[in-house]
Amino acid sequence: MGGIFSGELLINAIAAGILLGGFYAAITLGLSISFGMLDIVNIAHPVFIILGGYGVFLLNSRTGLDPIVAGLVFAPLFFLIGVGVYQVYYNSFEKWGAESLRGLVFFFGILFLIEVALLLTYGVDYRLARAPWIGKTIAIGSLGLSLRLLFPFLVGVIMTVVLYLYFSRTFLGMMTRGVAQDSSAVRLMGANPIRIKTISFGLSIATTSLAGALIISIGPVEPSLGREFIGRVFAVTVLGGMGSISGTMIAAMILGVAESLTATLGGPAWGLAVSFGILLVVLAVRPSGLFKR
Amino acid sequence: MKKSFFLSAIGVIALGILLPQFFKVSYFYFAAYVILQYMILSTAWNLLGGYTGYVNFGVGGFYAVGAYTGAAFILFLKMNIIVAILAGGILSGLLGFGLGYLTIRLRGIFFAISTLALAVIIQMIIVNTHSLGGANGLYILRPEPIPPFSDYLEFLFALMLFIAFLSVMAARFIEKSWIGRCFTAIRDTEEAAACTGVPVFRLKLFATTLSGFMMGVAGAPFPYYITYLEPYSSMDLLITVNSLAMPLVGGTGTWLGPVIGSLFLGGAQQIITVTVSSEWNLLIVGIVLIGFVTLAPGGIMGLIGSIRTRRAS
Repeated sequence: MGGIFSGELLINAIAAGILLGGFYAAITLGLSISFGMLDIVNIAHPVFIILGGYGVFLLNSRTGLDPIVAGLVFAPLFFLIGVGVYQVYYNSFEKWGAESLRGLVFFFGILFLIEVALLLTYGVDYRLARAPWIGKTIAIGSLGLSLRLLFPFLVGVIMTVVLYLYFSRTFLGMMTRGVAQDSSAVRLMGANPIRIKTISFGLSIATTSLAGALIISIGPVEPSLGREFIGRVFAVTVLGGMGSISGTMIAAMILGVAESLTATLGGPAWGLAVSFGILLVVLAVRPSGLFKR
Repeated sequence: MKKSFFLSAIGVIALGILLPQFFKVSYFYFAAYVILQYMILSTAWNLLGGYTGYVNFGVGGFYAVGAYTGAAFILFLKMNIIVAILAGGILSGLLGFGLGYLTIRLRGIFFAISTLALAVIIQMIIVNTHSLGGANGLYILRPEPIPPFSDYLEFLFALMLFIAFLSVMAARFIEKSWIGRCFTAIRDTEEAAACTGVPVFRLKLFATTLSGFMMGVAGAPFPYYITYLEPYSSMDLLITVNSLAMPLVGGTGTWLGPVIGSLFLGGAQQIITVTVSSEWNLLIVGIVLIGFVTLAPGGIMGLIGSIRTRRAS
């Protein structure tokens, strides 16, 4: 009996981990673009996701709009925020080659400001989104899949496919990969790398509003929650091979399953330590990640 | 150099002992302790960030390791505060060494990201460790004041004043020595520094270890100061933000920068917290940080320097 029970537990944990992985892919894809492709170390990425979560909360609690739809509604606004942030970043740091130390501190300042602004407006209370599908579970045999994890997983898969097609099939997407490889070569071809980077960074911030919708659907959100995801998103980006879209998805799955298994076997408190462990091991052993672009 | 050092050390000790005998405003020592603590933290941050260009975003974590080690040595091992401070510094220094050993051979950003993640992990460990009070926190009773001080807070102030003095002197000594010149070479071009025989890896490890040690030392007396230690306030993001904002506001890469920055920004924060509110204080620190980093990269020292050169020409 015991063996069957633990086997079932194991399968459920792996299934939950795969669903979690899809969600992790959704929150990391933006960073894979900014940090992986464009070499912009946006450590404020997770806090933009939390900002997106609060935007979704605002719309969802006022109008009852589905959180995922609300996330899509905010995406254009977040795109513009990203464009604005990149303009400041480029003109103050990148243009002068001073992006390493001061650029990092700049993003840290943004992280801090957004968190404080959310704290001043909403306080430390936890906020939740409401939707008919949140809280429901579907059963496949003995496997129980909760919709609050399944829907974010599906959104993560769709985001991965769309971004994969964008970067491999569209002209602008291919140009972005060109900038990532050799910026001056792109300039010689007559294209403007700064414009391409602006659009791509806007795109990376646009994904955070949708990621915010997922985060507030999965669980309650408070202003400092973003910090818990810093280790995760960077671990996934590095493990995924810095800017590879498909690599990001696979790395996110690995982290999701590893965290889910750790939580099942060792207790939920240790889930967070997994990403940090993975990050340190990858950095120490193979800093180029599993899937080199 | 040696003579002037001992003279100024005696001066600082005398100031720490004599000031509380005549000036009896308790709030002054309460505020001055925080400013001196930040002077140590920002000097420690500058040692690594300012000189070698490696950014530590986990200052709060190192500080908390110092504070909790200090509390454990005081509460469970019934140790003297000096032993507690050394223990907090050593453990935090070892943490800096370990993290540096694993990540500092890579590009600087990986070190920065690891420190960010490390701070979260340290908080998680403290919250889940029941013997350290977990999320509920620990209560620490202040001992009887040590004569000639009539209040323990005044003793803590004198102690922090002396530690801050030693930290700043250590930074100044390193800056003027061959190590400081090597640090500058590493910050400018690491490869070129390595080619000319600078022991890059060993020096970077030295910087992460010493910087971690000083952060732990700054945190270890905190339990006696606050008398109630809990994981959320003891590693507030504000500690990290201040520790890197102060060197940036004062001017990175010089020993004087963190001193000026901590006096200016730390003093301003004490005034804002009292006259406006502590929430606005947070917002203002964030705006000052972004403002200085985008508009005045050299900090106050840089501004003074550019005014001087303009006058000269």
